[in-house]
Amino acid sequence: MAVTPNIAGIRAPEELRRALTDAQYLADDALSTAAYLALALGKPLLLEGAPGVGKTEAAKALGGVLGRNVIRLQCFEGIDAAAALYEWNYPRQMLAIRQADDAHLNLYSEDYLQERPLLQALRNPTGTLLLIDEIDRSDQEFEAFLLEFLSDFTISIPETGTVRAAQAPVVVLTSNRTRDLHEALRRRCVYHWIDYPDAALEAEIVMTRASSVARGTAEAVVASVGLLRAEPLAKPPGVAETVEWAEAATLLNQQGARWPDAFKRSIGVALKDHDDLSYMAERLSSVLPGEAA
Amino acid sequence: MSLPRALQPFLGLPHALKGAGFAVSPDQTIDFIAAVGLLGPRDMTDIWRAGRALFAIPPERMAEYDAIFRAVFLNQVVQSPVDDDEDDEVEAYEPTGDTDDIESPEDDSEVGAEATVIERLGRRDLGDSVDAALDRFKRDAARALPRRLSYRRRAFRKGDRLDMRRILREAVRRDGDVPRLFETQRKQRQRRVLLLIDVSGSMKDRSEAMLRLAHAVVQAAEWAEVFTLGTRLTRITESLRPADRGAALARASEAIADFDGGTRIGDALAAYLAVPRYAGFARGAAVVVLSDGLERGMPNALIDAASRLSRLACRFDWLTPLAADPDYTPATEGLTAILPMIDQLGSAATTADITEHILTMARAA
Repeated sequence: MAVTPNIAGIRAPEELRRALTDAQYLADDALSTAAYLALALGKPLLLEGAPGVGKTEAAKALGGVLGRNVIRLQCFEGIDAAAALYEWNYPRQMLAIRQADDAHLNLYSEDYLQERPLLQALRNPTGTLLLIDEIDRSDQEFEAFLLEFLSDFTISIPETGTVRAAQAPVVVLTSNRTRDLHEALRRRCVYHWIDYPDAALEAEIVMTRASSVARGTAEAVVASVGLLRAEPLAKPPGVAETVEWAEAATLLNQQGARWPDAFKRSIGVALKDHDDLSYMAERLSSVLPGEAA
Repeated sequence: MSLPRALQPFLGLPHALKGAGFAVSPDQTIDFIAAVGLLGPRDMTDIWRAGRALFAIPPERMAEYDAIFRAVFLNQVVQSPVDDDEDDEVEAYEPTGDTDDIESPEDDSEVGAEATVIERLGRRDLGDSVDAALDRFKRDAARALPRRLSYRRRAFRKGDRLDMRRILREAVRRDGDVPRLFETQRKQRQRRVLLLIDVSGSMKDRSEAMLRLAHAVVQAAEWAEVFTLGTRLTRITESLRPADRGAALARASEAIADFDGGTRIGDALAAYLAVPRYAGFARGAAVVVLSDGLERGMPNALIDAASRLSRLACRFDWLTPLAADPDYTPATEGLTAILPMIDQLGSAATTADITEHILTMARAA
């Protein structure tokens, strides 16, 4: 097993954390440690967490820090090799057959190959970060296939041959945990559970991400989002919702809406479920941020 | 070959984790030691984090991991769950780690007595007929459980989309000739079956039969989830996974801490829906609630939960042991109120009634 303690000039979790901060992603110690270990050990990084805690953002920021292109494979139920690996361009092949007459023709040349994310990443393992997003949405067949891919990083194309990565590419997997992932897949990865950030960190995130939000507003929004998350809601607001709510309320405020009212009118940015809204309807004013400068 | 002594505790942790039922592979141990070396380690937190990341500890078993870690590295005794006053640690000691407290547990002995009386009037569930029903269920389940279209496709003679890859291969083989077109169609797969079983005092006589049934469902179905509702919400799907019924039922009974307690079925369903991961299990599933629906108090929680379940699920059935009588009409305020949201109100008087219902619900839908 190859251990590389120095990845693109990053030699310790703290350095990775600082680099992520420069890339506008505020990570906590545990996340930067897990990410650093994944990079150093050359293993995939598996990020799990509730929707909207910034799993995909973490992967993108990591790509930015490493100076790699992020290739994203969005999983869905029924995703198969044609969508994940490669596909032949059949209409072009058909046309080529018709036009070729007796001339020699290689139907399985690069011209007709459509690369999909996994193959793209294999072909350029040093310049890309492969993000396999929402792996829990795919079915077990695809998970088993992925297991094979992640263990030896080869793809065999029956018509042309095997593509093998010169070195293991950087891979990040994310999961919303709508179903349990197979133990074997988890075992291959470095695992990190991303929790909602604490209030101070979340306020920092709002300040970093949002364009023109006052610090007081950010803190007030973070406090009331914290209260909302304690309620038994169908869709608790994620970090993205916090940022958007702060921004939406600020926008309304700039157009003349008064403070508690601006939050109330923009509640649709934070709570996106009718049941949740009606559940909170009566007590909403007690949860809303009060005065925010 | 002897190992350096300093390495001992680092091997002790995976060993202890394995002993506690975590799945740990030798690869992970090697990587863990490499990771600790990478991090310095400067302090215990580094080792703790490395272990958590490399052994892929799921969040609900974190407290358990923490206790084992302390025992191995800090020589602290693992506290027994009974002595723990921190509530989150108690939860992690549950065998499945999937237990949620439901608020306001109350002993519904009054209602329980009523249920038992009515139940006695119903048909008796005899041992042989139960086994026969379960055997029949296992035999027929693969064919009869509700199905839905998958997003995967397979070759099909009269499909709805051309299989271009196969056609082209055939054309190349035959010099550009395409004698016939190949087509594909979407496959089918089994819909998830979600069983929500009431294990409160009023369902006392039925609890064991229900668990045996749940075991049969988990074994026979491609995709099933089982929860018990009492004063606590417990996911027992994983406990029922072993094929051996005795072992599985023992594990499940151990997991359910609240047999025969009181329940508020509405609060229990609300607690189920409040966990987004669990609520997701109901999406597009065939949901079957096994409960007499007896509860005191306002049925508001029950109505809210039922309306959400009926919107999430593909079908939502309520089976009650009280419905053995063909003239049965729901008597409680709650059940009456949720009738419009239920696809079918059926009988759970005998195991055969329940298996019959689960096997035929695909046709009814």
